[in-house]
Amino acid sequence: MTANSALENQATEWVGSLDDVKNLVTERALTGETMLLNMGPHHPSTHGVLRLLLELDGEEIITCLPDIGFLHTGIEKTMESKSYEKGVTCTDRMDYLAPMSNNAAFCMAIEKLVGLDVPERAQVMRVICLELTRIQSHLVWLGTHAIDLGAMSVFLYCFREREKILDLFEMISGQRMMGSYIRPGGVWRDFPAQFVPDVEAFLDDFPRRIDDYELLLTTNPLWLDRTQGIGVIEPDVALAWGFSGPSLRGSGVNWDIRKATPYLGYENYQFDVPLGEHGDVYDRYLCRIHEMRECIKIIRQALKRLPEAKGGFRSDNRKFTPPPRAELGHSMEAVIHHFKLWTEGFSAPNQEVYVAIESPRGEIGCYLHGTGGNKPRRVHFKTPSFMHIQGIPLMSENHMIADLVAIIGSVDIVLGDCDR
Amino acid sequence: MGVTQKLGDLGVVTTTLETAINWARTGATWPLLFGLACCAIEYMSTQGGRYDLARFGMELNRASPRQADLMIVAGRVTRKMAPVVRNLYDQMANPKWVIAMGDCASCGGVYNNYAVVQGVDEIIPVDVYVAGCPPRPEQLIHGILTLHEKIMGERIKDWA
Amino acid sequence: MQIKPAINPVEAVKAALPSAFITVVEFAGETTLVVEAAQLVAVSLYLRNTAGLIYNFLSDISAVDYYEPTGGIGDRPARFGVSYHIYSMLYNNRLRVKVYVDEGDDGSKPVVPSVVSVWPAANWLEREASDMMGIVFEGNPDQRRLLMPDDWQGHPHRRDYPLGYETVQFSFNVEEIMKHKPVAKE
Repeated sequence: MTANSALENQATEWVGSLDDVKNLVTERALTGETMLLNMGPHHPSTHGVLRLLLELDGEEIITCLPDIGFLHTGIEKTMESKSYEKGVTCTDRMDYLAPMSNNAAFCMAIEKLVGLDVPERAQVMRVICLELTRIQSHLVWLGTHAIDLGAMSVFLYCFREREKILDLFEMISGQRMMGSYIRPGGVWRDFPAQFVPDVEAFLDDFPRRIDDYELLLTTNPLWLDRTQGIGVIEPDVALAWGFSGPSLRGSGVNWDIRKATPYLGYENYQFDVPLGEHGDVYDRYLCRIHEMRECIKIIRQALKRLPEAKGGFRSDNRKFTPPPRAELGHSMEAVIHHFKLWTEGFSAPNQEVYVAIESPRGEIGCYLHGTGGNKPRRVHFKTPSFMHIQGIPLMSENHMIADLVAIIGSVDIVLGDCDR
Repeated sequence: MGVTQKLGDLGVVTTTLETAINWARTGATWPLLFGLACCAIEYMSTQGGRYDLARFGMELNRASPRQADLMIVAGRVTRKMAPVVRNLYDQMANPKWVIAMGDCASCGGVYNNYAVVQGVDEIIPVDVYVAGCPPRPEQLIHGILTLHEKIMGERIKDWA
Repeated sequence: MQIKPAINPVEAVKAALPSAFITVVEFAGETTLVVEAAQLVAVSLYLRNTAGLIYNFLSDISAVDYYEPTGGIGDRPARFGVSYHIYSMLYNNRLRVKVYVDEGDDGSKPVVPSVVSVWPAANWLEREASDMMGIVFEGNPDQRRLLMPDDWQGHPHRRDYPLGYETVQFSFNVEEIMKHKPVAKE
């Protein structure tokens, strides 16, 4: 049986329950000339439960249709039934690699909606937490991206460094990952005495670890072969499709929300924003590596600002932040505030706000609409992974499946972030 | 022959067939490479250098369910993903075990709503439940050791 | 090339498309431009293409349901609001464009014209809003569900859609609940 006759004997009629994708794949798929293959939802390289319906001509991708929703947890609807302070814990688990970024976006939206001020010290503390979160998220990205492309040692090294950051998080919030440390008005509690020396010890040790990773990958001919020229996206296409963060900066667009519309006092810190040139996987990789080095700079400057920063770790406005337990013993107002805040929670006006911050993945925006009561009417998060998965088909035209693995890794998607 | 010589005066080692089989099974239960959400990241940390899962013979995650023994459901199972989980469980060959890692897999966790299956034991039978959100690597290792205890207590007449 | 200085988007839209303009809301330092749903694409093209505005980046599309559980929709003009958060990278300005739409009198879903032709990023954002809120975006090339399974009935983010929770088990009701809870045996 020759190859041609095998092709002729295949079904010429499209069978299956995928009627609605008939107009989304080319006609060659319906005749059986190209193959329709499911990549995921259970797949080692899709970084979560992502289903990609691939139309393949041999190894080459003709069409790529992402199918998401396998991790849709209804977080936004759950938050509509919780008061604002309780809702912070729900935000932790959306982008589970950068929980403090989600907390910060939501808390900043609440603060904008009700007009709550954040003291300077709390802002510096938040910056330290956010930058540590950024380093930790980029370490997971690097580890999983490298192991997808075959570099297994990098995975183990990155997770070894990440354990040190998780120890720091455990010290301040009690939890390694979902600490809910950033609350409306500031942070949950002050840094323990051991925190600042431990952060400094980590920062002293970390730059040479990044050098180790670069030694393994940046000039490695295997890495260069697999990442240079792959997954190129032009800057205007990336902008039009809503890319943000390192995925956009890899194409050369100089947009970092920390620089453009500074929040939490980012205008006081000196740091560079690494930019790519070609918009391929390699440039996005370099952007994130250099971002880790910039994070170290920011944390050092924040630690220097910490002793002189004015105010406490959380706003003093007792209408919104609960009083410390020591006060409850001798102040009636404190008892009343404590009671009102922990039973009912504070109220927010029947207006809408939108706050966007720079998470490790890109722009995470929190749209918050209050009711005038203690629960929100609508919380919607615009998450960077959502927009980037939308753009995967653009980057993977005329590439092979192995390149698709590199592309998915390079846009740093987290499915909890995408599906919420 | 060689074994008895190495053991010298000990002569012969006796055990029951059950114990031998169960001990062999606990030695290397290959997990299915199946991470859903945040618990998967803690699972990856457990496989990292500090909390080394390789000492249990479990550093080798099999992507194919046919080759896996243990399914660690790490993360929330949504209604859209539930048929996929059941399919994967059906495709695994006996002997197979399931650890429900984390609160979401054990009971639905934080998410008591329309989208999340309230506990993966609604779809597949679970052997060990590990609590935590996400469970610390030490908690997961405790769950794995509990599973090993369960496997050591299995009787041949239950599955042969 | 001379770059035109930034102009006020509200005044510009009022002058160029007066029939589309409904009102403007200023709150917490943010500007919300409320426009007619039927002219949304014209307003979007104007905001994106005009020198001095150049809102070339679509940040977010959020749909809100103003349904109150006690009945009615409060003081809003319609039951559903769709907010488009746009950003001008050149002038570093954010703006919110909002439209209010209602369900049809015969119970048909509310319709909003799609802005996919203006900002391609709107593709999935609109799909998500149509999946979760039941708003039809006319002109979006893909009308399938995005986050929920294909055969799901209903639109979960509507305020009259129940949260769908399982009753919390205490010792007094656990037996009753476990009688009805499915448990896989093998």
